[in-house]
Amino acid sequence: MLYEKIIRVLYIDLAASKIEVKKRTDLSEYLGGVGIATKLLEETVKPELPPLAPEQPIILAIGAISGIFPLVTKTVAMFLSPLTGEMGESYAGGRLALALSMAGYDAVVISGKASRPSYISIEGDTVQIKDARPIWGMDSDVVGQFLRDSEEGRGRRSILRIGPAGEKMVKFASVCVDTYRHFGRLGLGATMGSKLVKAIIVSGDNTTKIQNFKDYFRSYQEIFKSVTETDLMSKYHDLGTAINVESVSALGALPTRNLIENHFDEAEEISGEAFAEKSLVRKMACTGCPVGCIHIGQFRRKFDDGYDYESVSVAYDYELIYSLGSLLGIPKTDEVLQLIEVVEKTGMDAISAGVALAWATESLMQGIVTEEDTIVPLTFGNSENYSKAIRYLASGRNSFYAALGEGTRSAGAKFGGKDHALQVAGNEIPGYHTGYANLVGLTVGARHSHLCNAGYSVDQSLKDFDEQKAVNKLFDEELERCLLNSLVICLFARKLYNRETVLKALRAAGYPLTDDELTLIAKRIYSTKLRLKEKLGFDPRQVELPKRFFKTPSMQGILDSTMVERMISQYVEKCESLLAEKI
Amino acid sequence: MKVLKAVEMNRCIGCLSCMITCSAVNQQDHSILKSAIRIKTSGGLTGKFVAIVCQACKDDVPCAEICPTGALIKRQAGGVLLDKDKCIGCELCVNACTVEAIHFDQETQKPIVCKHCGVCVRFCPHGCLQLVEEGL
Repeated sequence: MLYEKIIRVLYIDLAASKIEVKKRTDLSEYLGGVGIATKLLEETVKPELPPLAPEQPIILAIGAISGIFPLVTKTVAMFLSPLTGEMGESYAGGRLALALSMAGYDAVVISGKASRPSYISIEGDTVQIKDARPIWGMDSDVVGQFLRDSEEGRGRRSILRIGPAGEKMVKFASVCVDTYRHFGRLGLGATMGSKLVKAIIVSGDNTTKIQNFKDYFRSYQEIFKSVTETDLMSKYHDLGTAINVESVSALGALPTRNLIENHFDEAEEISGEAFAEKSLVRKMACTGCPVGCIHIGQFRRKFDDGYDYESVSVAYDYELIYSLGSLLGIPKTDEVLQLIEVVEKTGMDAISAGVALAWATESLMQGIVTEEDTIVPLTFGNSENYSKAIRYLASGRNSFYAALGEGTRSAGAKFGGKDHALQVAGNEIPGYHTGYANLVGLTVGARHSHLCNAGYSVDQSLKDFDEQKAVNKLFDEELERCLLNSLVICLFARKLYNRETVLKALRAAGYPLTDDELTLIAKRIYSTKLRLKEKLGFDPRQVELPKRFFKTPSMQGILDSTMVERMISQYVEKCESLLAEKI
Repeated sequence: MKVLKAVEMNRCIGCLSCMITCSAVNQQDHSILKSAIRIKTSGGLTGKFVAIVCQACKDDVPCAEICPTGALIKRQAGGVLLDKDKCIGCELCVNACTVEAIHFDQETQKPIVCKHCGVCVRFCPHGCLQLVEEGL
């Protein structure tokens, strides 16, 4: 909690309907966020049981300065990933961090399984498990509409919910947070579904006196100014992350048509500019962030003769334009938005869903699967059929879609198409085929995401590629992000929150830490993660990478698998020396 | 003398920087519940944002009229200033305000009233909130 070295943890046991709050002073050496969440996961996870066993926990956590500085807006979720079978870690913005802070909790641990479809209402000290039977089965957006009316806390609450895919335990089901943000990756939606939890509503009315107004407000203003008056954040506000579509394609690093190609000839048609000019209707922000990177695109759809139209608004970003655009060969902004809409409503991770369908399309082309399996003839560029297929995937319509819902790795192994299954360690790949650092980064990264260590950026920043240099950069970035994620800042602000700024902000909020102490905290968190991953049976040297990554040229040309293996081994050595340190 | 107006709420991104800074500067508190301005959604996040804030009533000022102790003093440009010493925490002003822009602080047992200081304007990234000359 602010100004205190106490971590308040709310434990919710759904099976026993037991609610408990513990004040954990011992957790303060992990600072907060991903630090305390990793520790809590280590304490509560059951490595011997399957990921969706009722005993497995869901952990949500915020950081020491959540909600009181610009862009310190995220909440981390940790769990045992049903998609990869190992450590699950996902981040969401929206209003959740502020809501948890006002409810008075640094972390929430949810375990057990409810006896019937339920939703959890956390209103400060009042925590209730309520009947969700009437809302079970609803699309993600509709649940939100119902709960907004029936629950308290308008203007300061956060609503998390799953769609039908989470209920069906599709292994990459997501959790929607406050309409436009998500715990997208690694299948938290399936874990919620397995516990029969349809939604979680958080609000509270905590107040906290500012202890040193001058210091606090000076820091706040400095950070606010660098956000709004310099060009540090402007790309995120102006065109948003979609700005990268054309440039990544031009580099030959944009996975296209299931990475049969590395650039999309029609990238210009689905570029950031194209979306801005044709679809963008407004921008929104997470609470406490003056940037406003959430780009809302709108399209209209004719549903009947007689000029009957409906309008639909969805949020778009680079990764979604990749996975539901170039990867599926879709060259129209409206059609990409329509696919985003179905993914949103059914509640699946947009990257994983797109990759799974791209795999199914190529498998159908190769004759590995049949049209009887896919129900509709999936072909690159046909968004109407993809729209139907997303619904089939979310509901497990037949045995093929049910198998695909187990993840692309699993489907590849089952049907015999693993060479073109675009996944690393079970997680479907983000939209970069930049080269060695990206591929190695995804393999060794704690959650196999481009956000673990930004390998795609390492590839682009190293002029003369040097494997040892790249490995060092990946390691250092992963380590520093353990610190940033313990504060749970938005990683778009990673350049802004350099050590000097972090120290100043922490000091102003009553945490007089030193630079060395921050380094120690980062190392402590990363070591804990590495130990936990090992306990869950993960070894990056055992990851089998699909041949497609070595066949389609990357931005750096054709990749050599022995070089990748060597870099992974070098990375493992660095991890081993970290684990040998006394922290 | 100027008054606060929420003039361009269509442009609001919902960052709540106005509430965070109002609470911090005027109430020295981190909680947005201490803010005199409130940003709310109408119809969920797909709806528009609305700013619930003092409308700077000028001649007829319902909250000041109903205050039994004269603790709400009319500002020349519109709106009121709170004299905390005179306030007895009766909450009549809260109910008197048609737009519900006066919030009652349960901790201090006093109302939170916008004084048109303009701190929120300084931290509004999209110019939704502005300080304008009275009568404009």
